[in-house]
Amino acid sequence: MPLVERVLVLASVVLVGVVFVSFYRAVLGPTPADRIVAINVIGTKAVVIITMISFAYEQKFFIDVSLVYALIAFVTTVGLAKYLEQGTLG
Amino acid sequence: MIVELLVVVLLSLGALFFLLGTVALLRFPDVYTRLHGVTKCDTLGLGLILLGLMLHEGATVASAKLLFIIIFVFITSPTAAHALVRATYKHGVKMWDKTVLDRYGELGHGNS
Repeated sequence: MPLVERVLVLASVVLVGVVFVSFYRAVLGPTPADRIVAINVIGTKAVVIITMISFAYEQKFFIDVSLVYALIAFVTTVGLAKYLEQGTLG
Repeated sequence: MIVELLVVVLLSLGALFFLLGTVALLRFPDVYTRLHGVTKCDTLGLGLILLGLMLHEGATVASAKLLFIIIFVFITSPTAAHALVRATYKHGVKMWDKTVLDRYGELGHGNS
């Protein structure tokens, strides 16, 4: 296995572990804002994990998936922030 | 060979930044400080890792898409953090006890 592929797999494993650690804040966070922060962070990490897996498996069309995932994560965070601020999405 | 080494260094640095951001998410005392730490670390980590993958790929369509993702996240991540911290402040989440400065509250937007 070439060096870059090995580092890709290692970094993916590290990031998946970090996502599981971030779930601590998403489940137990004292305020709703903590949970939204954790969801935002997990979304960013998921974008990176999908991209790295697309390079590890040589399936380049996964990059489109991560692009759309970044869009959806941004819209989710802004929508949740608006709901937290106003109590409604109107 | 030297490009390969650079790719490895960039990927490792990006993973390290993600790790440090998660430490900030777990250990900081306050929503505002957590958001501050984690947003910067995650944005920079994503930029470094995707830059390393762009170097590994070379000049192709996939590389251009990676550049699009980097630009998009560098624009939207601070925007989302700003909207989120404003919503949190208006929602009335208390700051940490040892906070020394609150410019937004001094301007009359506060609720305390």
